[in-house]
Amino acid sequence: MGRWLSQTGALLEFNLRSLPRRKGSALAAMVGIAGVVAVLVGVLSIGQGFRRTMEATGSPDTAIIMRSGADSEMMSILTRDDAHIVSDAPGIARAHNRVLVSPELFVVVNLPKKSTGTDANVPMRGVEPPAFDVHNEVHIIQGRMFEWGRNEVIVGKGALGEFKGLDLGSELHFGQSAWKVVGVFEAAGGLPESEIWADASVLAPAYHRGPTYQALKVKLASAGSYQQFKDALTADPRLSLKVQRETEYYAAQSRMIVLLVTGLGGVVSLLMAIGAVFGALNTMYTAVASRGREIATLEALGFGSSPVVISILAESLLIALVGGVLGALLAWIGFDGYRAATMNWQSFSQVTFAFDVDARLLVSGILYALLIGFIGGLFPAIRAARLPLATALRAG
Amino acid sequence: MKFAGLLLANLKRHRLRTTLTILSIVAAFVLFGYLAAIRKAFEMGASVAGADRLVTRHKVSIIQSLPISYNAQIEQIPGVAMATHASWFGGIYKEPKYSFFAQLPVVPDEYMKMYPELILPKEQFEAWTRTRTGAIAGRKTATQFGWKVGDRIPIQATIWRPKTGGNTWTFDLVGIYDGKYKETDTTQFLFRYDYFDENRVFGQGLVGWYLIRIKDPQHAADVARQIDERFANSPYETKTETEKAFIKGFADQMGNIGKILTAILTAVFFTILLVAGNTMAQAVRERVSELGVMKAIGFTDTRILGFILAESCLIAVIGGVIGLGLAWALIALGDPTHGALPIFFFPPRDVVIGLVCVLALGVAAGLLPGIQAMRLNTVDALRRE
Repeated sequence: MGRWLSQTGALLEFNLRSLPRRKGSALAAMVGIAGVVAVLVGVLSIGQGFRRTMEATGSPDTAIIMRSGADSEMMSILTRDDAHIVSDAPGIARAHNRVLVSPELFVVVNLPKKSTGTDANVPMRGVEPPAFDVHNEVHIIQGRMFEWGRNEVIVGKGALGEFKGLDLGSELHFGQSAWKVVGVFEAAGGLPESEIWADASVLAPAYHRGPTYQALKVKLASAGSYQQFKDALTADPRLSLKVQRETEYYAAQSRMIVLLVTGLGGVVSLLMAIGAVFGALNTMYTAVASRGREIATLEALGFGSSPVVISILAESLLIALVGGVLGALLAWIGFDGYRAATMNWQSFSQVTFAFDVDARLLVSGILYALLIGFIGGLFPAIRAARLPLATALRAG
Repeated sequence: MKFAGLLLANLKRHRLRTTLTILSIVAAFVLFGYLAAIRKAFEMGASVAGADRLVTRHKVSIIQSLPISYNAQIEQIPGVAMATHASWFGGIYKEPKYSFFAQLPVVPDEYMKMYPELILPKEQFEAWTRTRTGAIAGRKTATQFGWKVGDRIPIQATIWRPKTGGNTWTFDLVGIYDGKYKETDTTQFLFRYDYFDENRVFGQGLVGWYLIRIKDPQHAADVARQIDERFANSPYETKTETEKAFIKGFADQMGNIGKILTAILTAVFFTILLVAGNTMAQAVRERVSELGVMKAIGFTDTRILGFILAESCLIAVIGGVIGLGLAWALIALGDPTHGALPIFFFPPRDVVIGLVCVLALGVAAGLLPGIQAMRLNTVDALRRE
């Protein structure tokens, strides 16, 4: 055992010391693997970032109520009566002497994107006072809160970054009215950061909405009271509503983007991995082939074949590790926190989110690199070990 | 031709390496194919948008409806040849997961006249005008769900509930249309506006947006301005732009995602090529002494260069052509997102660009070692090793 270890160690040292002689192909393999890992982590960080935004928005103790059949807030419509009946249901949390039911209007308004100058559907939400108890993660970071009953809006910091004309103090024009931007808010990275908020009672007439809402957000007494609350509403013959946990709702909202990113990302990463494995295989085969004689000499001197295999494998893994770490770092520097906006097809409106490269993604990227290195090193190593001694010694 | 044998013998010498190099080139070009298809998909058919078509929508946002009375008013504006309308139904067929196709209530004869690129057999069109509950579907959607003419298609409403109660609208599929161009969206499901308007619970007399054919594309901006001026200061102000601008605006809403994906893919494509090219160059470098022998027996410098270039080009072409062919076949199988991209194909123009890339790869990989070999001093070359 001791001899085996010392043989492996000696060979590994020998391999690594001779690495500079083969730096061309080793570097090419490293760059290839770094590229694969950077891209893999980059693509996954888009999906991850989008999901994180959706998760930051949904809370398990909040329910969203829409008309039955509606797929998103955009498509739903509820009457004042619906809202009153829902407010009487059991299991709702209370604060400031009222039940935490937030009736909301959801519309979109055309604003040009900063990046392209073309119009985008920016979501605008009309809210009533309970909204700030239900969405307690929302708080003003610049300027002030809008005054109830006035044509004033506050904008999410994501929307502020992506769309033109939302700077503090500027005016938005749509329909016959002008709206003043008086504040910027944050919502723990969640979806509201992509939105513009205003008083529902001012927004409704501007959109010819009449006494209707689109969705109710309900803060439950606890996550566990959801079933009781839902059963009460579904049993009520006066109502025809769709009750969902906010978390379920937002998971469904992201399905198109997640499909897009995972579908395309999956194909891309697979192809890349194939390309990188071939690259690594080639590098290691070349390395082994150019050292056939050396290896044979070592074997003739009494080195066992498993130390040969392991030392070659270790070399390949080392190249992959360096490549993987480089790629992961590159992705982290290049993509983490990168802000983007895209269309959420379910609600037909824009979502801004930040790419998210976290430790889990970095580690999986590096593991992926090691896998490529392992496959790339294993076959050439076996081949080297199997080479008949006499042939290898004779070869030039 | 007498070099062919030598060329092949060289490739066969390191059979494994040649195979691996070719395979990585194959992977690169399959990726290239997907890259082209994705880019095209994100353009959403803007390249075939009619230059003589305008789109008019509510000024504040497209989700707000316009009154149907605008149809006649738009047609009175000078320069307008005809106008028609469509609306967003936003329904679900079976599972929300695969319901990405658009369902639009339209006026059949006007809509088909507006979009001559939708090809519908004459008898199917006539059946549509006879059947109030009739609908037609694009080939891609019909194939995806296995629909045949004569099927009854239930669609769940998300916005527009039917007066009959419940959520389900049932349509009779009377036709399946094809697209004149590959970029034509054949995922749409079109049904009759008259049937829709009469049977929805609310929203009567409203439409989603107007489609306008103008007489002279040169005057598009002018006509668009006149339309918007006509409805200025009314409760329903409009925004009119060319169909191309409209689609482009829509495509831009998908935003950076498409751009980022393409940027990433491009980076990968070149990374793989770099690695493959490096291996190919290395294969030549290893044979320096052989090249010396060839020079010694009288091969000219240019011949040596040509010989090396031929070898690297051969590898590139084999890998590239297989890769492009494979990409073509895989992309034809459908998009990897289960219908999230209505337009997904390998554009012929990009096939040509791909072939150019293949040759460029061959030349780039062979040129540097080739020139080195050309300049090689015969004596030095023979002395090596």
